[in-house]
Amino acid sequence: MFKNNFFKLGIIFAVVVISFLIVLPRIPIKVDNKFLKLDTSVGGYYINLFGGKVQKDLRELKKGLDLKGGIKIVLKADMTKIAAADQDKALESAKNIIEQRVNLLGVSEPYVTTQKLGDERRVIVEIPGIDNVNEAVSLIGQTAQLTYKKLKSDLEWSQEKYYDYLIKPESWDDAGITGADMKGAEVVTGGQGDIQNQGKPQIQLKFTNDGRDKFSELAKQNVGKPIALFLDQGQMPISAPTISPELANGLTGDPVITGNFTFETAKRLAIQIRSGALPVPVEVLEQNTIGATLGDESIHRSFFAGLVGLLIVFLFLLFKYRGLGLLAGASLIFYSIIVLAIFKFIPVVLTLPGIAGFVLSIGMATDANILIFERTREEIIWGKPRNLAIKLGFERAWNSIKDSNASSLITSFILFQFGSGPVRGFALTLAIGIAVSLFTSIFVVRTFVEVFNVWGVKHAK
Amino acid sequence: MLSDKMMNILKYKIWYLVFSAVLLVPGIFFITKYGLKLSIDFTGGSILTYQVKNSDKNVEQEVRTVFSSKNTEVLMVKVDKNDVTKVTVRAKSIEVSVNEEIKTLLAEKFKDLDFKQESFQTVGPAIGAETTKNAFLSLTWASIGILLYIAFAFRNVPKPYSSFKFGISAIVAMLHDAIMVIGIFSILGHYFKIEVDGLFITALLTIIGFSVHDTIVVFDRIRENLRKLPRTMSFEEVANYSVVETLSRSLATSFTVMITLFSLYMLGGETIRTFVLAMLVGIVSGTYSSIFTATPLVVIWENLKRNT
Repeated sequence: MFKNNFFKLGIIFAVVVISFLIVLPRIPIKVDNKFLKLDTSVGGYYINLFGGKVQKDLRELKKGLDLKGGIKIVLKADMTKIAAADQDKALESAKNIIEQRVNLLGVSEPYVTTQKLGDERRVIVEIPGIDNVNEAVSLIGQTAQLTYKKLKSDLEWSQEKYYDYLIKPESWDDAGITGADMKGAEVVTGGQGDIQNQGKPQIQLKFTNDGRDKFSELAKQNVGKPIALFLDQGQMPISAPTISPELANGLTGDPVITGNFTFETAKRLAIQIRSGALPVPVEVLEQNTIGATLGDESIHRSFFAGLVGLLIVFLFLLFKYRGLGLLAGASLIFYSIIVLAIFKFIPVVLTLPGIAGFVLSIGMATDANILIFERTREEIIWGKPRNLAIKLGFERAWNSIKDSNASSLITSFILFQFGSGPVRGFALTLAIGIAVSLFTSIFVVRTFVEVFNVWGVKHAK
Repeated sequence: MLSDKMMNILKYKIWYLVFSAVLLVPGIFFITKYGLKLSIDFTGGSILTYQVKNSDKNVEQEVRTVFSSKNTEVLMVKVDKNDVTKVTVRAKSIEVSVNEEIKTLLAEKFKDLDFKQESFQTVGPAIGAETTKNAFLSLTWASIGILLYIAFAFRNVPKPYSSFKFGISAIVAMLHDAIMVIGIFSILGHYFKIEVDGLFITALLTIIGFSVHDTIVVFDRIRENLRKLPRTMSFEEVANYSVVETLSRSLATSFTVMITLFSLYMLGGETIRTFVLAMLVGIVSGTYSSIFTATPLVVIWENLKRNT
């Protein structure tokens, strides 16, 4: 029994220490031996355990747009001209292209995602740290433009210079072929007869009749040289395949881009190429500019509110349940540390409603302890000895704790299903809060009670 | 172990239900007559906020003139003068480009007064309708989910009592709390122009969760006591005994939740104040209803059966 309790204490200690390290990753730790390499100086954790490497950036809690300030734009993709079967692909390519364009703005952590609602397809863009909506909307709204470029005629070509040219947009000249000349791009597998590429993924380019003639001409003139595919005003080509000697006499089938692709990378490239060829007009449905000052003020005030709430709850527990209350209060502090660590680790994007959910769950977390302590007190009134009463308090309160928390979890699950951004944030933080509260208010408090043999509930008369 | 001195809370059970009904009447009246004051999350529209140095200018007039010069229908202009003048404009849904034009015009009007736009929010009518639909969907699904869970959790209520009656009573108490909160916000909306936004639905769902959470604790104890207490005790006596036993816990829990909510309300900042207020109302109502609505209902229902 004794041993068992120390084992439990060990688990609690480990969980709290790990959580603490996640919450405050700036504590400098460096371990370097055969089994474990750990370095926190990189502003996160770099762990190398038995050769498996993990690197995790834990410097900051991810703040939602309402806390950080920025703009949110909901776009509707107009699918009227696109066949039903291609709509998913089109939406995906629209998302990719928008992501690329947003990246051109050079802001940190833009967030682009897609949403399907009934027949409607949407792209949601969140860009923190900027406030010029006009610029962002016009940048995002235009249709992707794919252009083929050839090496400038005055540049000398050799394989060694490939990468030099690749990073210099000024080394390329328009070749007169654009996305309008293409019908699509597919991932195919290299066929028989091509020993080098057999079974490997490659991208097949499909041209319109006109585009095919143009490409054929371009290929003949550039045998052995690369041609580059640029998307929008991108600085780097998305692909720059070298024209192989077989194309010297023009095209026979549809040309393919070969290389060291995985299916994943090939698919991505095909989508990018298609996005130039498959225009999806978008229309702004909703847009929102949030000032950053509002955000900073709110986050500090809400966290302060959480602290004050925590403190009063602590005092209340101490007053009502004495020694047991002290342990429950301590477990509430553990609770807060663990929840914050989970927020950072997943990471949960913290929004204002999310903070509210967290603060609310502090109140809910106490409920389990109150149920247990009240039950313990009753058992004592019913004449049970102290130690047995505590044991029964934990065991018999479990039914109520389980059922009541299940109903809260059901609501947070439904909130997550039907809610949008901020509502989801609230649901997620509430659900995490409930799960962690079960661990701290039952496992942690019980272990403490048994190890320290604390007693304190006021005897009822 | 039973003393005569035990409070007989359920003695006045009919009156609790009457009291609940009386409290609900004004709420229901306002809901049916005026409805809720919906924010642009549901109706679609634009909200624009500006900040400008204090001056003698008639800010509201200037703002209205600029908006009408762009043929934009303004629904409300609110001007707050503190350290600086803050202006909030609510208008029909406007486009990004129009926003920029208005901003330029206003910046000209308030030259030398550090004019700046703080935020611009637009919700298209389509999104508004969808939010409303999702709100109804989530309320419906939450009710169904909770009903199923209660039916499952109370499947082993000792005979001859039925888990079904427990479930329905818990749901009625839950609806009581939901209507209470919606009613109060309908009144607040009518007299104080307090709007409900997407977060209000979140608050409502959390209240539903809490209400059932609280009711389950009481019902759980009734179920346990039905097995434990002598068979000679009537259902009503067992229920009363259980309510008294759990009273201390109900009050303590509601108190801790209210502390955290209250500190959020006082210190948490403007944006979530309505949300927190809704939760506060709901927690009070939820605590009340689990003792004074849900339990009397089950008791009256079980008594009915005995008498017929």
